[in-house]
Amino acid sequence: MDRTFSGVERMSADFLLELRSEEIPARMQAGARADLERLLRKDLAAAGLAPGSITVWSTPRRLALIAHDLPLATAAVSEELKGPRTSAPPQALEGFLRKTGLSADQLTDRDGVWFAVVEKPGRATIEVLAEAIPALIRAFPWPKSQRWGAASLSSESLRWVRPLSGIVALLGDQVVPCAVGDIVAGRETLGHRFHHQGAISIADAADYAPKLRAAQVIVDHAEREAIVREGAARAAAEAGLVLVEDDGLVVENAGLTEWPVPLLGRFDEEFLAVPPEVIQLTARINQKYFICTHPPRPGEGDHAQHGGGAAPHTKALANAFICTANIAAHDGGQAIIAGNRKVLAARLSDARFFWEQDQKIPLAEQAKKLSRITFHEKLGSLADKVARVADLAEALCAHIPGADPAEARLAAELCKADLVTEMVGEFPELQGLMGGYYARIEGLPDSVADAIRDHYKPVGQGDQVPTAPVSVAVALADKLDTLRGFFAIDEKPTGSKDPFALRRAALAVIRLITTNGLRMPLAEGELLAFFADRLKVQQREAGVRHDLIDAVFSLGGEHDLVRLLARVHALQAFVATDDGANLLAGYKRAANILKRESWDSLPQDHVPDPAEAALAEALAQATGQVDAALANEDFTAAMAALATLRAPIDAFFDSVTVNDADPHKRANRLGLLDQFRAAVHKVADFSRIEG
Amino acid sequence: MAASTDAPSFQDMILRLHAYWSAHGCLILQPYDMRVGAGTFHTATTLRSLGPEPWNAAYVQPSRRPTDGRYGENPNRLQHYYQYQVIMKPSPPDFQALYLGSLAAIGIDPLLHDIRFVEDDWESPTLGAWGLGWEVWCDGMEVSQFTYFQQMGGFDCKPVAGELTYGLERLAMYIQGVDSVYDLRFNAAGVSYGEVFLENERQMSKWNFEVADTDTLFRGFAAAEAECRRAIEAGVPIAAYEQAIEASHLFNLLQARGVISVQERASYMGRVRDCARGSCEAYMAKYRDEWTARFPGWSA
Repeated sequence: MDRTFSGVERMSADFLLELRSEEIPARMQAGARADLERLLRKDLAAAGLAPGSITVWSTPRRLALIAHDLPLATAAVSEELKGPRTSAPPQALEGFLRKTGLSADQLTDRDGVWFAVVEKPGRATIEVLAEAIPALIRAFPWPKSQRWGAASLSSESLRWVRPLSGIVALLGDQVVPCAVGDIVAGRETLGHRFHHQGAISIADAADYAPKLRAAQVIVDHAEREAIVREGAARAAAEAGLVLVEDDGLVVENAGLTEWPVPLLGRFDEEFLAVPPEVIQLTARINQKYFICTHPPRPGEGDHAQHGGGAAPHTKALANAFICTANIAAHDGGQAIIAGNRKVLAARLSDARFFWEQDQKIPLAEQAKKLSRITFHEKLGSLADKVARVADLAEALCAHIPGADPAEARLAAELCKADLVTEMVGEFPELQGLMGGYYARIEGLPDSVADAIRDHYKPVGQGDQVPTAPVSVAVALADKLDTLRGFFAIDEKPTGSKDPFALRRAALAVIRLITTNGLRMPLAEGELLAFFADRLKVQQREAGVRHDLIDAVFSLGGEHDLVRLLARVHALQAFVATDDGANLLAGYKRAANILKRESWDSLPQDHVPDPAEAALAEALAQATGQVDAALANEDFTAAMAALATLRAPIDAFFDSVTVNDADPHKRANRLGLLDQFRAAVHKVADFSRIEG
Repeated sequence: MAASTDAPSFQDMILRLHAYWSAHGCLILQPYDMRVGAGTFHTATTLRSLGPEPWNAAYVQPSRRPTDGRYGENPNRLQHYYQYQVIMKPSPPDFQALYLGSLAAIGIDPLLHDIRFVEDDWESPTLGAWGLGWEVWCDGMEVSQFTYFQQMGGFDCKPVAGELTYGLERLAMYIQGVDSVYDLRFNAAGVSYGEVFLENERQMSKWNFEVADTDTLFRGFAAAEAECRRAIEAGVPIAAYEQAIEASHLFNLLQARGVISVQERASYMGRVRDCARGSCEAYMAKYRDEWTARFPGWSA
């Protein structure tokens, strides 16, 4: 079918859509903006409408979209339809004429086939939108939605993230006539919940943001984010402090306010005795507050007080918080600051109480309570797990240079004790970290305290990998025990299901081993294969080909990750060279022949062809070199030795017929190829290499 | 909070809420006369949120959380406190505005204090219930739960009921500007909350944690469970539901006594859930035909 648009000059206008509702969760707003734009673009595209550009905004109470320069009508389309053959029976022609609404003289005969040109007039965009808007609202993909009000007597009633209360839909200055449920689109909306009374009438898209601003609503989320970000930084600076930047908190606060006003308050300095991570977490998670640090003193540079992984703010947390109000309060925010200060004080005194209570009980005592907590019904209690981890951590020290087995055992025995402390009960995110604090207060060695603190690491992809020997031992033992345990009871991840986060644990083990260059047997059987899969995923991001990892793994028996990766890296470099590519081609040819043929070895009774003799000699030499290089784990040298086979194998294939009529010649030549394949396989299983 | 002297007393705050919600069409009910953990357990909320009949009610519900007891020594935690509960079915279109009006009625100026609706979905596996809504913040403090019920007893809410729960002590502490619940002015004539309830907290904390006879509690739990089943079979779901909330509270007491292990906990919760859901199912079954006839377009 051939479509041509008529080239008529068309008028355009801006389209405004506002969907006003009760408070949309802050975390859903970005996704909702993207969905709104995507769904509308799809509807416009389906109608053949191309807007100039689309802007989407959100506040807690509204989603808004402006499509600029939208044509006022869809283009008239002339469509050519193919009809029956001219030789077809008259009924076929009659049917075609009925379908197109044309008469026979309007058809054209082209090569014995009837063609008709049908003109479809353009459609008013406002009609397209009037249909699209209700459909878009009904199909909107909120992560969680609800019903409400009298209409919810039926379970078919409209769903929205929270009750939908109004729709503004304007094309130019015209209301797009549509309705969804009992909500009729119009031009009226509401301003700020507390700062503005009564409805606001919107003239057109250009009128929208300024009218709302006059009614104390900043509809552009990016602008509100900037106000929060800059306002918080300014409030900190005015107090002589430095804001601890937190973009997640910026977005969340902008998503909770239509008129954000950052306000700085102080809390009692005595609370600074509580670890800074606890204060930050209390302020951030429970209250959505920013925190501040003291500026570094001149010459103090950027050094953290504590080594290893302490967040920058641990330098010197200040007794200040910044909350973001949604109003410009008529007392300048004093009552709001006072109220928030009180709430934070109550939370911090809880935290301080936990901090002090926990210190009264040694970790070794706390650890005893772990016998009451089930790790997994088939794997015993947490105390059972800790006992296994302690044995394993101690044993692993043999492979970790500088790791003291007694310290590793002690750290492992105490590493889960903080799970029964009050503080971790309140803030599970602080597991490990609190144990580290309490261990240090008890006077345990730093290496032990650090190991307790860091033994869950690395948690995510960007997370730091422990390098202190005792920390490495405990971190590794904890994860290996989990993996071995769940594999032993056949609780392996399947598809997208990985309830015990075993993939993450395996990845963490791989990173611990490779980062620290640990030489140790990793695992066997199914678990080793699981590691191989994880390794492929992890190395893919580093640009390592998965087929090369397969080629090395399939040699079997390799459970030393460091050695394995060294071999894979050398292999990847080799196959990228001319020699490597040609050797691979020669290998594939040899392997294909060997796959087809069978032979019995026969004594050599002919004078070998020169190419045959050259290959035999090269093989003898290369095999020795490969063996020596492999013994030294010098994989680059092993590859170089293989490369010497390239010319002889090429020459062999060029000048020798393998399947010679003479059974002795044939058997000997096949034998040579077999030796060639075996030599290559000392380095990697080239049959697994793609290309 | 700056102005505290002209702030309403604890009882005055309740009276103002009663007057406000009464003026907005709610029945003013009295507390349910059984021990419950929250205002939601009152039949005026659980059972009345089932089915199509319109229902608007407000009441104070004494709520008991045995494990929250602190022997009267913590200024913020109590094993017995009050919730103010509003339930409106179907949820009115101006439910948020009505709620904000109630805050104004007890003296909260929304241009002086920062009122915010912060996402907080509600779920009660025990009641087979969930809803979407917010916790309402006033200057960073949670003062109410605001929920649109979507399911109760495993049934879709048709129509949806809106539920408001105010934590009265916390709200009063905020309005009166005091740091300890025991310092709240209970009335305007100088009686404090501590004078009314401090001794109660001490004795009940001791009983909940140390004294309550666990054999009696275990027997009571089993008896309530059995009685709930008998009542369901006898076609008296309200009575069955009372046994469910009895079992729920006895379970909470057993928790406070520390005699339910982690492993057993899930099983006890499942038994309470079965009682509560069974009662809701029996309640629906009893009225289904009548409601279907009276409310065209409604179905369970």
